[in-house]
Amino acid sequence: MTDEVGYLKAQLEEKEKDIVALKNKLAHLEKSNASVLELYEKVTPLTPLKAKASLSNEDIMRYSRQLLLPELGVQGQLNLSKTSVLVVGCGGLGCPLAQYLAAAGIGRLGLLDYDEVELSNLHRQVLHGEENQDQAKALSAANAIKRLNSTVECIPYHLQLSSENALQLIQQYDIVADCSDNVPTRYLVNDACVLSGKPLVSASALRMEGQLTVYNYHGGPCYRCLYPVPPPSETVTNCSDGGVLGVVPGIMGCFQALEVLKIASGQGSSCGQQLVMFDAQDARFRSIKLRPKQAGCAVCGENPSVTRLVDYEAFCGSAATDKCRKLNLLSRDQRITVQDYKSIMDTAEPHLLLDVRPLVEVDICHLPTSLNIPLSSLEYRKSEHIQLLQESISQLKQQMEGDCRPPVYVICKMGNDSQKAVQVMEKMSGSEVDSITVKDISGGLMAWAKRIDPTFPQY
Amino acid sequence: MAAPVAIHLEFGGGAELLFNGVKDHHVTLPSQPDPWDVKQLLVWIQQNLLKERPELFVQGDSVRPGILVLINDADWELMGELEYQLQDQDNVVFISTLHGG
Repeated sequence: MTDEVGYLKAQLEEKEKDIVALKNKLAHLEKSNASVLELYEKVTPLTPLKAKASLSNEDIMRYSRQLLLPELGVQGQLNLSKTSVLVVGCGGLGCPLAQYLAAAGIGRLGLLDYDEVELSNLHRQVLHGEENQDQAKALSAANAIKRLNSTVECIPYHLQLSSENALQLIQQYDIVADCSDNVPTRYLVNDACVLSGKPLVSASALRMEGQLTVYNYHGGPCYRCLYPVPPPSETVTNCSDGGVLGVVPGIMGCFQALEVLKIASGQGSSCGQQLVMFDAQDARFRSIKLRPKQAGCAVCGENPSVTRLVDYEAFCGSAATDKCRKLNLLSRDQRITVQDYKSIMDTAEPHLLLDVRPLVEVDICHLPTSLNIPLSSLEYRKSEHIQLLQESISQLKQQMEGDCRPPVYVICKMGNDSQKAVQVMEKMSGSEVDSITVKDISGGLMAWAKRIDPTFPQY
Repeated sequence: MAAPVAIHLEFGGGAELLFNGVKDHHVTLPSQPDPWDVKQLLVWIQQNLLKERPELFVQGDSVRPGILVLINDADWELMGELEYQLQDQDNVVFISTLHGG
């Protein structure tokens, strides 16, 4: 009997402990849930940002080191707190930009990105961490900003900026920062800023270079004044093809933050009719005086032909993303799959595997038997490389019996350059390359890594 | 006869990749009956520096869209574009616009 009473008391005590633990856990979760940011999937009207009458003691302490600057002062700080900024793109430029704007006490930040965080973003998109992979970039950035300065109002937009939503969105903000990564979005943001009368602080970066200009500001030129015609899509290189050193967009994003802060605080930007070029290799900044606003500009000129937003992907002939597009240059019988190539390898069928990527990519990873001749060397008919190709083909011919056309399989990263290489080689004359059968491996090494060899690196 | 003109050409923003990755070119344009202008310079560049794929650099008698030309640190639009007459020691930059971020 006493045993049972003691046992029940002990049980009860244990359950009570459990209840306390559960209550604590619930309270903790409820508290953190209250500060969880809501992700916006569409554009909705925002309440107007209220101007502060004065700085609180906490504001004074927090911003003291910049309040001491006569260029900013109390009025400048108050101006920052009533300014809203839309950041288009939470990537290599947008992350440091948003970070410094929040740290400086900007009033409201709209953080827009349609994409999710990937491992290959982390070297430059410094607001996102390893644990944020697959999360919406807008949300990941907003959470990081909230940790830095909880007094900044953050609005994460997980959506693609489009002709349908851009005006409604941009009209609600005071300043727009273009941190996007593609040509159609740059024209879209420009036109929306011109049509709604907002200054556009625009930067871009690639490889080891950056550029910055403030458009549509104090009567200065807009993006279209400078670039009335979009570049041919084949001349545009994105970060996933051309590469970028993370700190380069970092520097340019910080520069954008500087110009936004100068405009927001009331000092004004001096980049309204200026192009700032940054060369990271030579550690050199250069400022170039640009043309004034153009009377004949299609959107900000005297008789504009663009009076509402248009189809920017059609205008630019490219998609509003920096993802690689898949080319289809060859017929089906000119291509093989990675599975086909695997069986060619397994049956040890004599062939030549030609890797047409640049050397810097071959150094990252390659298949062991491949011969590397970059596409550009084939296109420019570089003699030492053509000779190397000829030698490899004649060796292959010796291995094969009878008079046949030795098979050459061309591979690259994604299966675009390999198709171009097949076309180049088919145009080569008999004196350059003997009769061969040349095909490309569809999907390239990334398809090989996905479907055949999961241990092969992806980049 | 106009005397030869020594100028400094620079390519950037990726445009240097059409010139073997070389950004800086110090060149001397030979003596010719009329003074050199930018239009003639573009032809000279095509014939002497740019051996392949001219469509990535020029379109018609001007540069292709997306390349900004700067003469002595100013937008060429302020200088007369194709008609600008080159002076000895001029600095001409061809910069491809970047779009990445």
